[in-house]
Amino acid sequence: MLIFGQAFASGGGQADPKAAVAALSDDAEICGCNGVSKGQVLACIEKGACSLDAVRDTCKASASCGSCTGLVENLLALALGEEVQAGPRTMCRCTSFGHGDVRREIVAQAMRSIPEVMQKLHWSTPDGCSSCRPALNYYLLCALPGEYVDDQQSRFVNERMHANIQKDGTYSVVPRMWGGLTNPRELRAIADVVEKFNAPMVKVTGGQRLDIFGIRKEDLPAVWADLGAAGMVSGHAYGKALRTVKTCVGSEWCRFGTQDSTGLGVKIEQATWGSWMPHKFKIAVSGCPRNCAEATIKDFGVVCVDSGYELHVGGNGGIKVRVTDLLCRVATEEEAIEHCAAFIQLYREEAWYLERTAPWIERVGLAYVQSRLLGDAQERAALAARFLHSQKFCQDDPWAKRAAGAEREHHAPMAIFTPMEIPA
Amino acid sequence: MIGEWLDIGWLDEIPLRGSRVIEVADGDDIAVFRTGDGKVFALRDRCPHKHGRLSQGIVHGGAVACPLHNWRISLSSGEALGEDQGCTPTVPVRIDAGRVLIQRAAMLAAAA
Ligand code: SF4
Ligand code: FES
Repeated sequence: MLIFGQAFASGGGQADPKAAVAALSDDAEICGCNGVSKGQVLACIEKGACSLDAVRDTCKASASCGSCTGLVENLLALALGEEVQAGPRTMCRCTSFGHGDVRREIVAQAMRSIPEVMQKLHWSTPDGCSSCRPALNYYLLCALPGEYVDDQQSRFVNERMHANIQKDGTYSVVPRMWGGLTNPRELRAIADVVEKFNAPMVKVTGGQRLDIFGIRKEDLPAVWADLGAAGMVSGHAYGKALRTVKTCVGSEWCRFGTQDSTGLGVKIEQATWGSWMPHKFKIAVSGCPRNCAEATIKDFGVVCVDSGYELHVGGNGGIKVRVTDLLCRVATEEEAIEHCAAFIQLYREEAWYLERTAPWIERVGLAYVQSRLLGDAQERAALAARFLHSQKFCQDDPWAKRAAGAEREHHAPMAIFTPMEIPA
Repeated sequence: MIGEWLDIGWLDEIPLRGSRVIEVADGDDIAVFRTGDGKVFALRDRCPHKHGRLSQGIVHGGAVACPLHNWRISLSSGEALGEDQGCTPTVPVRIDAGRVLIQRAAMLAAAA
């Protein structure tokens, strides 16, 4: 049995979350990544796992994507009552600080590198772990646009390789198609890549892109060179970054369309592509309230209406579907783009690493986000300006650099060994 | 014996806290790691869990976190750390005047 809509069980200010997990049957699946049932989690708590980390270590529940963390915490509370080792949530086991503290201190003390953060905040490990290093790398990147040198060894594989690793160790490649539009030249280049590199599958993604599967890591730079020659850049399908701007055909073609949703989507994607975020970030623009682009389950969604644009925030599909909250209505495209940039920057500066907009908004409250974006036009303009400043350093196609030979060590083997060459 | 240690390149071709692979014909790749404190280790590039490419993981302390499901594998023993169970074959390596040398027979055995 699978549990849908974890909002009912993992808190979020609704009915008693402990009662909700108590009501689940023992075979209810808690952790979908690792296939762990409620009964298995309770058995491991009974055997002595009395903290979230201990549960993660023993039965692996919530040890992968982490989205069932709330359920596991509620099971702990249910099973142990007062005995749960709660304490403040720390970033990881390398530090006693939480994400919020670390972000604040990085800015307050003007820290400039991962080793400096670890030293000043008394990290307990020599070089962190796979949880804190990517987070610190992002926090520094966000705090010091254009100055901080990205630490490739603190990036998860997909971001280091600029492609998505698949379970057989090959990669999938998604070139950017602005607003979901494409043309014969791009389609030909994609078809040629598929044939030339024997890609076993090409798939249309949910974000209106084409995903080429089965590319070997050695071949990635050559694939990117071919796509780049047709004018395409990285689609960042692999990143905690702006993924896609999905659009409908809008007023240009559709008899219901109220505004040029496709054109606005392209403009928004051109303004926002390349930016690194706390988590993946998806945008959509629908040309009327029929909402064919599903804008109300995106991190930022625009629904065009006769009088202008409704701006929606904090939605996502995926494990815990969340419908957006209405941020505000604006009259012009320029205002829509400015609000989008300001919202992204607020999220980039204040959310915790790996926190999508939906849990972030639930944590800080929609009223807070509205107060920062709508209360004072100057503050909104300043946020948007900080976003555009940081974009100056990000809108630099990572594929083109690698296709030109940069960071070859990520793709080429260090040595190739054929046993026959060795004298007997 | 000639060829017992194979020269695979300069130490600084392996990024600090990073890894490179050696391709072995008709066998699995071998991943060569360099830790933050400058030590070098070699393992079969296959996680004992579901064969994730360890060379693509995040290296921290003396371990690498597998990129697929985040098991931590000890670079010196090849054993999964924590509660996970499993082991990846290791291959002796040594550094000589900035060059990385790997033991041939052990590498072939690990790649087989
Ligand atoms: S959202 Fe409205 S404008 Fe866009 S395609 Fe659907 S019906 Fe047409
Ligand atoms: S394959 Fe390495 S952790 Fe699963």
